[in-house]
Amino acid sequence: MPSLKDLRNRIASVKATQKITKAMQMVAAAKLRRAQEAAEAARPYSERMGAVLANITQAIGDGGDAPALMTGTGKDDVHLLVVCTAERGLCGGFNSQIARFARDHIRKLLANGKKVKIICVGKKGFDILRRDYAELIIDRVDLREVKTLGFVNADAIAKKVIQLFNEGGFDICTLFYSQFKSVISQIPTTQQIIPAGVASAPADASNGGNAVYEYEPEPGEILSDLIPRNISVQVFRALLENAAGEMGAKMSAMDNATRNAGDMINKLSITYNRQRQAQITKELIEIISGAEAL
Amino acid sequence: MAEAFKFELVSPERLLVSEQVESVVIPGAEGEMTVMAYHAPVMTTIKPGVVTVKTAEGKEERYVVFGGFADIVPAGCTLLAESAVAVGDIDRADLTRRIQEAREDVADAKDDQTRSKAEQFLSQLTTLEGAILPA
Repeated sequence: MPSLKDLRNRIASVKATQKITKAMQMVAAAKLRRAQEAAEAARPYSERMGAVLANITQAIGDGGDAPALMTGTGKDDVHLLVVCTAERGLCGGFNSQIARFARDHIRKLLANGKKVKIICVGKKGFDILRRDYAELIIDRVDLREVKTLGFVNADAIAKKVIQLFNEGGFDICTLFYSQFKSVISQIPTTQQIIPAGVASAPADASNGGNAVYEYEPEPGEILSDLIPRNISVQVFRALLENAAGEMGAKMSAMDNATRNAGDMINKLSITYNRQRQAQITKELIEIISGAEAL
Repeated sequence: MAEAFKFELVSPERLLVSEQVESVVIPGAEGEMTVMAYHAPVMTTIKPGVVTVKTAEGKEERYVVFGGFADIVPAGCTLLAESAVAVGDIDRADLTRRIQEAREDVADAKDDQTRSKAEQFLSQLTTLEGAILPA
């Protein structure tokens, strides 16, 4: 049975923990809002990019000499997985969810006799995947120093991937990230970025989408400029989704922690009060029986 | 008074401009061009330079863009810039850094094709610097 003093100390320490988790939750909430705004602000660009790409691929047609980034190498022997996770923990199952998803995928690919290479974005995913697949990880990107996620960060990752592709390092590149659905639900998602699957242009007559474009310079040249940029945009979008998801997960994890701490304080207080009462009763009995003995 | 049309300037980070404008001067890869309402559909890549926007109210706004492309249809014009800032907000250190990087690219270029591309980019950047930084 812990003494009264022990109980008092424990209550104090749980209260201190609760304060910290509460503060972390509020910080996460504020950051979540900012991350969501950033994700929303980036949406017009990727939407327009998609529309323009669809348009231009249509113009070139299937017979055209589309760049290799789009058509791929025609093989699927070597897979590159870009696994995006958070830099920090304390966000519930967020990181392990993505890592598990990636691991299942890797196992499947390896079972089919494919070669797998991994690029880790974010420290946590690296830490988890390192245990099983350390020899497959060819690179890791550290974004810990980055305060606000900029397009340059995504661009740097995309450039690495493209360079590797041009060197013939892989055939298919897949992006792993967590799609932000809501604060309590983030869905691990894969997206193939090389070869880029471009949806055919929607028939959009309202803005003259079917009009014959003039291209300056040649469509092929624009396309070869556009595709790498599109990859950057996809990576950027994934990073932003991830950032929002991380904050959402952290918020709910810290909310749970705060509530748990509250429950714990309640239980400890009850034990504390009971014990105090017991002690008072004991002392009274001692006094009374002492008086009676006289 | 020329007719107004919809112009949008988008960078990956945000939507900078979305309004009715009278004319836009775009630094196209193959020369500057002024876009007005009912322009024939054109798609062009853009080089680093200054975009001059003349709004429907007659105000003139200038933005610095670093590469990207423009999608022009009769109903409007969308400019997808890799990075865009208003001329007033341009960060001199950032521009200097970009030029420095371009210089390094020129020095690092392995074959003639990449070198000429890098040199072209560098000259575009220095022209831009001269145009917006009179000091």
